[in-house]
Amino acid sequence: MSILNVKVADVEQVTDMVKHFTLVEENGQPLPRFSGGSHVVVSMNINGRIHRNPYSLMGSPENTDSYHISVRRQENSRGGSVFMHDGIEVGSKLQITYPVNLFSLSKLGKKHILVAGGIGITPFMSQIADLKRLGDDYEMHYAFRSAEHGAFVEQLKQMCGDRLHLHIESEGQRINFNNLLSNQPLGTHIYVCGPEPMVNALLLTAKDLGWPKTHVHSEQFLAPPIGDSFQVQLVKSNMEIEVPGDMSMLEAMEEAGLEPDFLCRGGACGRCEVEVLECDGALMHNDHYLSDAEKASGNKIMPCVSRARCQKLLLNI
Amino acid sequence: MNTPAFKKETFRDDYTFRNSREAIRRFPFPFAEDEYMYSVNIEQHVSTNPGSVFEHAIDIDEHYIAECEDRRLTLERDPTRYIALPHMMDAQWDMVELIMDSLSTDYPQWFELTKNGDQWHWINKPLEIDQTFTFGDTSTLPMEPFEYITRQVQGDWIIMDHRDDDLFADMGMVTSQADWSIAFDAGMSFKEWHGPVPQANEIGIFDRALKYLLHLQYGSPVRRLNWTMTVNPRLDTSPEEFPLWGPDNASVTPENVGEKVYLRVELQALFRLPRSNAIAFSVRGYLISLDELITYPKWAKRLRRVLTNLHPDLSEYKGLDLYRQTVIDWLEPLEDGAELGLGTQPE
Repeated sequence: MSILNVKVADVEQVTDMVKHFTLVEENGQPLPRFSGGSHVVVSMNINGRIHRNPYSLMGSPENTDSYHISVRRQENSRGGSVFMHDGIEVGSKLQITYPVNLFSLSKLGKKHILVAGGIGITPFMSQIADLKRLGDDYEMHYAFRSAEHGAFVEQLKQMCGDRLHLHIESEGQRINFNNLLSNQPLGTHIYVCGPEPMVNALLLTAKDLGWPKTHVHSEQFLAPPIGDSFQVQLVKSNMEIEVPGDMSMLEAMEEAGLEPDFLCRGGACGRCEVEVLECDGALMHNDHYLSDAEKASGNKIMPCVSRARCQKLLLNI
Repeated sequence: MNTPAFKKETFRDDYTFRNSREAIRRFPFPFAEDEYMYSVNIEQHVSTNPGSVFEHAIDIDEHYIAECEDRRLTLERDPTRYIALPHMMDAQWDMVELIMDSLSTDYPQWFELTKNGDQWHWINKPLEIDQTFTFGDTSTLPMEPFEYITRQVQGDWIIMDHRDDDLFADMGMVTSQADWSIAFDAGMSFKEWHGPVPQANEIGIFDRALKYLLHLQYGSPVRRLNWTMTVNPRLDTSPEEFPLWGPDNASVTPENVGEKVYLRVELQALFRLPRSNAIAFSVRGYLISLDELITYPKWAKRLRRVLTNLHPDLSEYKGLDLYRQTVIDWLEPLEDGAELGLGTQPE
């Protein structure tokens, strides 16, 4: 996997909860180009333990001088976002992966409807730049809790003009998905990124209205949930490891010196899929990648976000 | 590599194509074992073995000028060998960048690229091209960007749009193909255009390959080798021109097999493209006559064993049935039964 060494050129407190980071190549070279909707995985060394979190690239894909990411502070989680907020300042050095796009615009779309909730606005910032460059028809719907949580509203107004629709919950403005999805021309694609209940509500509405699956796109990166520790036997590697409660299986394998495949580390892409050979308890699937049937069959697991509650778990890795 | 001068030669009519000793030595012989079956034999496309065809992302060899000229002739007869669907314009410019960046970095003696913001200056010395243009502005090039740049590089290029968890062959420059047609396959999904391949789907190759490719990352290209055989050193073995080359398959005799029959190896590389998120699939063909190939006895013995063991479905699909036995018989005197080590190296 190709890695980029970057340093932080600017940090901006956007709202109480959100910080915006500007990253540049450590040696001053241009950064790789990317497509709207891409993300990078940022590595953080927190007290000797490597955390890796995915963040969407927000800048224009035309700009190769710097990358832009925004991080919402998540207090009750494993510490990656808190580290970004408290431990990273101008001049800090970070390692990031090359950009990966799991949330790309469909190039055959006649019209694009973008729906963001809260910090879910980030991948749309680069998509809007692409849509404007291509001259495509689009609407941007941005929902947030109250005026002070509306990150990047001024920037969005400038970028989108009257294509921007704000939905401020504290002012009683909620998006009516049924209305939004009912009267769209043939060839419209819809994209949603935000909190899970919002994403699920939109996906369900689209399904009920008969939207083709291929025209409905969503992206949710999950943080690996905290759970109980458990033991895993890695058959091909001939190893037994313990997965502590605040670590994912993927991280535990990396700590043990293995280099499993990964891309998004958020349960979305499927790259880290591992075959389950034996499990005498319950697999706790937390990803959005495996189908319900695959989850029920119990012979695959995504070690980036999923866990197990059992005495014995054998993985084919 | 001590690059020899570019050769003047033809891939049609009088077929004057030949390999130099150096080109034979660096030929990408594909068989590491005595038996062949499909596999997803994919590895990272990183620089290995200076002088080999794997040294650079895009290999330029002694046949460069002649192959570009053969492409020009084919396009003149049939412009539909180049297809680009309208939604692929970002991918067209991605290809300009990929090819110009690679060639100017890896072969500065022949190619120069100067970038001043969007103002680019491209010099291709072997083809005597000197072009200033605005990156992203199609009107500043003499033709569409993807056609422009693929007329200046060896091998076929198929660019796949990534959508709906699938890949679609939505753009291509295909003039040196082993009997398939971009005009026929344009717009097809990954499994649709692989439909005719025997045996592979049954063993789950395409499910795994597609899943792997959907995760291909920018900055981490991959490659594999594929192979077939062909009669005469013809690049344009297309279905469109079958009447011109198909009958040659019946012309192989024990007397002419060494000069008429060619092993044709495809170096297939896959690159994620940055702006378009499309995937570029390059198919670079290398030809070697059996006369040239047997200068290395190890290759002669291994090829005979592979052909002897080849699954009949694969033999038919690759179009070898009319002359496969003739080749095996012709190679027989070189067979001493010695055990050959794993690997493709000539000695």
